[in-house]
Amino acid sequence: MFAYLLRRLFFFIPIVFGVMLLTFVLFFVVQSPDATARRVLGQKATPKSVENWLHNRGYDKPLLINHTPGKPWHDSLFIHQMGRLATFDLGTSDVSGRPLREVFAQGVLPSLLLTLPAFLLSIALGVGLALYLVFIRNAVVDLAASLFCVALMSVPVMVYVIFGQFVVAQVLNYFPAFGFELSGWSTPKFLLLPVVLMVVSGLGADVRLFRALFLEEMGQDYIRTARAKGVSTVQVLMRHVLKNGLINLITLVVASLPFLIMGSLLLENFFGIPGLGNVLFTAIQAPDFAVVQASVFLGSLLYLGGLLLTDVCYAWADPRIRLQ
Amino acid sequence: MLSLRNLRIDFGTGPDRVQAVKGINLSLGAGETLALVGESGSGKSVTGMALTRLLPEPPAVYAEGQILFEGEDVLKMSPAQLRKLRGGKIAYVFQEPSTSLNPVFTIRNQIAEAIDLHRSDVSDVDAEVVHCLDLVGIVDPAKRMHDYPHQLSGGMQQRVMIAMALACRPQLLVADEPTTALDVTVQAQILDQMRELKQRLKMAMLLITHNFGIIGGIADRVAVMFRGDIVEEGTTQEVLQNPQHAYTKALIGCIPQLGQRRKRLATIDHSTLG
Repeated sequence: MFAYLLRRLFFFIPIVFGVMLLTFVLFFVVQSPDATARRVLGQKATPKSVENWLHNRGYDKPLLINHTPGKPWHDSLFIHQMGRLATFDLGTSDVSGRPLREVFAQGVLPSLLLTLPAFLLSIALGVGLALYLVFIRNAVVDLAASLFCVALMSVPVMVYVIFGQFVVAQVLNYFPAFGFELSGWSTPKFLLLPVVLMVVSGLGADVRLFRALFLEEMGQDYIRTARAKGVSTVQVLMRHVLKNGLINLITLVVASLPFLIMGSLLLENFFGIPGLGNVLFTAIQAPDFAVVQASVFLGSLLYLGGLLLTDVCYAWADPRIRLQ
Repeated sequence: MLSLRNLRIDFGTGPDRVQAVKGINLSLGAGETLALVGESGSGKSVTGMALTRLLPEPPAVYAEGQILFEGEDVLKMSPAQLRKLRGGKIAYVFQEPSTSLNPVFTIRNQIAEAIDLHRSDVSDVDAEVVHCLDLVGIVDPAKRMHDYPHQLSGGMQQRVMIAMALACRPQLLVADEPTTALDVTVQAQILDQMRELKQRLKMAMLLITHNFGIIGGIADRVAVMFRGDIVEEGTTQEVLQNPQHAYTKALIGCIPQLGQRRKRLATIDHSTLG
């Protein structure tokens, strides 16, 4: 088990390196450091100030490999940045100059306040409703619910956002449609609508998926055995179906955990929540390569961590699986 | 103890309806063993499952008849009564032990589940589980009971299934192709074990099988099912030695004999059976 984890952690290195290389190339193909500097400094920037700006950030070095005679080949922008990231030094923002460690630390809490409740509610509601639909399967309600789920899935997220903001904030004038405040009761007031929208927009797909998973379990031989023992339908669902279905659920659920930290690009932007999703969105528009690079770095580490966690949870839930 | 009266079971309704069991009569006394023999699709498993209404409804429909167990009609029982009947009075052993045991629970938990449901008299559940596993010949049961099904061989898994079925001292054991998924030497061991336990625990047994070869030493009576009907019924000896119905003759003819000269194995020609 320990050896397995160590081996998997070792594989993180080439994968993250590849991701970073790809991000680097894509970003500097789209826009040269020179162009970024001019955009950040404005139209009236002197060649001298542009040069200074580039030099301060190391952007005046060759991009990937240094071919200049007399200089070591590894004296390049990309390799310097990789060396920095390898020590988990995220650097500073290209635009504001603020240390990124600080920027990210500030964004994590608002992101989690939005995504964590939405995530927990989605799972609880999705699993609960799916179990209920399996319990009453083939009834009219089951069919109606399936249709309703398809309807929920078919509506684009944007429609939910606009509709929600209009009805709740404009018509009912119940709570604010935009903004964020990290103090006492005003925080849940700002978060309620985006959380509800996040849950509703994903619910249809979740319920249908979970229902299919559980129905498949219901057809297994060991469910027949349980029923032949005299186990009630509710107990069959709660013990036998749920524990077996859980193994399939884990892949979906645990792998999505890291994304909770990175926040929601769309909802944070539309509701003015200063989370990590918003930070990344602004950085892509700026453009602020340092922020994008650090986000991708953290994001890929979190993603790989999520996959590893999935494997560990698999082994925990299913006695047939051993990590070697 | 058990009697089926004109039992008819359909699958589906309307024009797509299929009659799986076409009004059969059958009875089984306490302690008696009846073999229900027939090929795939003859309705024998459906009949076995119907005894405690295990068939999923829909699509199954109990169209006609009665299933009387100790004078009470199973088809009129409430869900709570049915749960008491299942496992408590009528227990099952199914064909494929590797898929019939839940992979994510230890065998202790699966046997204990049955004990918890039906035997309020048992205070030490672990001791009772050990006793049940010991009964079916599992070596070192106190240690083995913490195993998961995948850690056991097929024969051991089937023994666990039998232990689970016997845990609540049922009056009737329905064994639906209990040895079909096992290899021949293990088949013989399991059948011996079942014969011995049946006598020791004085329970009745309904042995559902397609294989005339295995019923000889174990069944008192045989009923032959063909296309949802019982076509022949009698003591095991009568039926094996002097089969009346053409289908029974054909089915017995399919058993390969040891020491026989090499020739084509017999098959059943359905066109001649009408």
